[in-house]
Amino acid sequence: MNRSPYITDASSVSIIMLKVLLALVPGIIAYVLVYGGGILLTLSLATMTALITEALILKIRQRPIKSSLADLSAVVTAWLLALALPPLAPWWLVVVGTLFAIAIAKQLYGGLGYNPFNPAMVGYAVLLISFPVIMTKWPAPLELATMQLGFMDQLRFILGGMLPAGIKLDAVTSATPLDYLKTQLMLHHEVTTITQTPIFGYFGAKGGEFITLSYLLGGLYLIQQRIISWHLPTAFIATLALISLIFSTIAPGQFAGATFHLVSGASMLCAFFIITDPVSGPTTPKGKLYFAAGVALLTFLIRVYGGYPDGVAFAVLIMNMCVPLIDATTQPRVFGHQR
Amino acid sequence: MNNIIQFASKLIKALSADTSADLHKFHGGVHPDGHKNESTAQPISSLAIPVTLTLPLRQHVGYIPKIKVKVGDYVLKGEMIAEAEGTVSAAIHAPTSGTITAIGEAIIPHPSGLPDMCVTLTPDGKEQWRELTPIDWENTPVNELVASLRASGIVGLGGATFPTHIKLRKDGTSAIHTLIINAAECEPYITCDDMLMRERASEITQGIAIVQHLLSASKVIVGIEDNKPEATRAMLAASQSLASISIKTVPTLYPSGDGRRLIHLLLGVEVPHHQRSTEVGIQVFNVATVLAIYRYFTFGEPSISRVVTVTGNVNSPQNYEVLFGTPMPSLIAAAGGAKADTTHFLMGGPMMGFDLPGLDVPVTKAANCIIAASPTLFSPPPPALPCIRCTRCADACPVSLQPQELYWFSKSDNFEKARDYKLFDCIECGCCTYVCPSNIPLVQYYRYAKSEIIATDKAKEAADLARERNDFRLARIEREKLERAQKHAERAASAKNDDTKPEPVETELEQPATNAGADEAKKAAIAAAVARAKALKLAAANADDTKANIDSATTTTLDKLEPDATPLMLNVAQETKAESVSEEQAKLAKQALIAAAIERAKAQKLAAAETGVAPKNTENLSRKVEAEINEIESIRAKAKQIVESKAPD
Repeated sequence: MNRSPYITDASSVSIIMLKVLLALVPGIIAYVLVYGGGILLTLSLATMTALITEALILKIRQRPIKSSLADLSAVVTAWLLALALPPLAPWWLVVVGTLFAIAIAKQLYGGLGYNPFNPAMVGYAVLLISFPVIMTKWPAPLELATMQLGFMDQLRFILGGMLPAGIKLDAVTSATPLDYLKTQLMLHHEVTTITQTPIFGYFGAKGGEFITLSYLLGGLYLIQQRIISWHLPTAFIATLALISLIFSTIAPGQFAGATFHLVSGASMLCAFFIITDPVSGPTTPKGKLYFAAGVALLTFLIRVYGGYPDGVAFAVLIMNMCVPLIDATTQPRVFGHQR
Repeated sequence: MNNIIQFASKLIKALSADTSADLHKFHGGVHPDGHKNESTAQPISSLAIPVTLTLPLRQHVGYIPKIKVKVGDYVLKGEMIAEAEGTVSAAIHAPTSGTITAIGEAIIPHPSGLPDMCVTLTPDGKEQWRELTPIDWENTPVNELVASLRASGIVGLGGATFPTHIKLRKDGTSAIHTLIINAAECEPYITCDDMLMRERASEITQGIAIVQHLLSASKVIVGIEDNKPEATRAMLAASQSLASISIKTVPTLYPSGDGRRLIHLLLGVEVPHHQRSTEVGIQVFNVATVLAIYRYFTFGEPSISRVVTVTGNVNSPQNYEVLFGTPMPSLIAAAGGAKADTTHFLMGGPMMGFDLPGLDVPVTKAANCIIAASPTLFSPPPPALPCIRCTRCADACPVSLQPQELYWFSKSDNFEKARDYKLFDCIECGCCTYVCPSNIPLVQYYRYAKSEIIATDKAKEAADLARERNDFRLARIEREKLERAQKHAERAASAKNDDTKPEPVETELEQPATNAGADEAKKAAIAAAVARAKALKLAAANADDTKANIDSATTTTLDKLEPDATPLMLNVAQETKAESVSEEQAKLAKQALIAAAIERAKAQKLAAAETGVAPKNTENLSRKVEAEINEIESIRAKAKQIVESKAPD
């Protein structure tokens, strides 16, 4: 019998996932510095929920549990969702979102490798639609907050919903730059005036821009490690920059510029960690370019014209639906064949 | 046409460049650990003549050769024991002098592990050569040289084992301009070509000159991977005097030794998927094959041995010059024996080789490398995980396929889709499996899908043939039935005419009437015959100055119209075919035939009207026929009148 090849390189799904988690670390550190340590609890909660849910469903489906948990894909989903949630998200929000992502979006479709939609984004979208108020309540970056919550205060709030005596929730939260821009534009203010507000920081989002750049760093590591291909982030960033540049050039008063769009919201997380999910993404090089460009375009449209401040989750889910079509129409030329 | 021009210009561009710097990288490829140094520390050494030699007849691609010896025969070294039979076939020679002791089935080194016909030779140890006749290749016509190679037993020694004389044959369609010598040896562990080049570079170079002469190729490129600097140096030194030979080093990247990949690498030419490289003027030979050709012409020695790398989990890995038919155990023993934890043996490299069914198999022309395997050397793959569509396989595929899609289609038995995604362009190099983080045995899936598709295609072909035959048979039965029925009806009619005697009185009077009817039927038959003749004449006339032929569709249409017309039709069709009728003329002939058929139908109807048998087709009666019928009716009526008028008397 011919069983060749007999040798393989050292790669494995676990190593790939581990490197993705590693690449998220700089972003997490930045997150802690900007918003406080509460995110660490959120991350742990999401991880635990993901692993328990995955194990439970694998047991029901009578699939090997240990090897599936060891591939770490559930942890990646959990972390991506946790990082997309507001820093002061109550514990149940984290649990419900993760549960939905793992149980419904991933395991019900057949588990790793079979889910057509990005599980983290499904979880996020479900939460955003079900609990819009909590999902858009972001605390002000520590630097800007009038009242600062300590680490223990954050834990108490996440687990029990209790704030220290004398502090109201409104005192610690503030509108995100994307949100603020949107509401101010509706009040017919000019972009240039709006962005003078301190929450816009150096490039477009106080604190947020720091986290975003850390994601960029992690993303470059992933490209260097050949975990992700350059196609997706490049096409996403280029398209988002190009569209916002065009719009802001034509009507500078009504549209924010490229830098603002690139550093605010989940742009970089999306470019390097979310659209790069191989399972729900396209497989051909050209398809990756189209897919990422589509996500960027939709993100921009939802941000500017849609009802939600950030459009990444919906943009990704819509483009996930197009993946079979993209793959089928972008097959590369096979060696020795004409186009 | 544009494509051809484009391709040609690309080809010219590629061929005009001749610096070793401009290589044309192919897509994908992998960098497995070479493990080559283990077996290159020692020079090639010869193996002692073993106690018995087992020579499988099937050591090459193609037809099995015909045995020329019988048990008990004494053969000299180099004597032919089986001769090439059929076009693609290769001869087998006695590797040493001795006695044929058995002819029968034995396990051969093949992935199937099945036994095949082998000739067993017991050496006498004298090593007595048959008379050797070197061939003066420089002063002998090329076609004679190539023809003589049929008796050399030389096949591609890179592992493909395609008979060499076929590759050198001029097929008249395309001239070879470039000869590529494949010395890439990209598979890990294998070093036989490397060692041959290090030690026998001048013989190889002379062999290259012979092959270049045989192909009348204007240039030669030797492609060597850059992990063989000694071999490259030796080849450069040996080929200095030959201007047309260029030695090029190519980056170490598996599978650069694949023919099409190497051609692309060296020339920038993509051999179209449906063509052989010879169709674009390029031929590829392995270094060991070229050396064998050199020895055949210079010394008259047929192919009786090869260099084999023995490596892996053996105590002293080395290359050996081994007689074909040598039992593997003696080869392993020569390499210091296999280490204790050896589990099995591989033939070929770890990327494309296969498990030997056991060690009790002989060395064959395909055996370039034997690797002793152990769990530490080749760890069994961990259980496969689901595909996460990471496309590392697609990035590694040297054919630019989408292995993850092919896997999906093969796994779900969606073979048509797999074929659409160019499954049959897969060269089974193993790069996809090598890089897969989910440890999916991708190549296994492709082998499975390919074999299923081939089996289905064969079954379909057989079924189509059977159906066609059955259709023919049914049509013939139907026609015969009709013919019988008609004959029967005719006979019945005439019998009725003879036998019907309702009243003795009327007999005399009835007679003229029936006679008249019979006459009419006869007339009608004659008319039909005339019409047929007319049709034939018309068809022939039309055929005179025309071109295209009546296709089988015409025959079928007419066949349906008139089963009896078939022989006539075929005649006409044949005639017209012979005359090459134009389509329009064919149409006319067809119309004429149809007219004839209608005429015949009318005649039949007429005859039937007379005999009382239901006509085949009553709808298309022309006025003329009606008039005829009326006429007959009036004759009848008259006859009746006469009978009636006379009856009272």
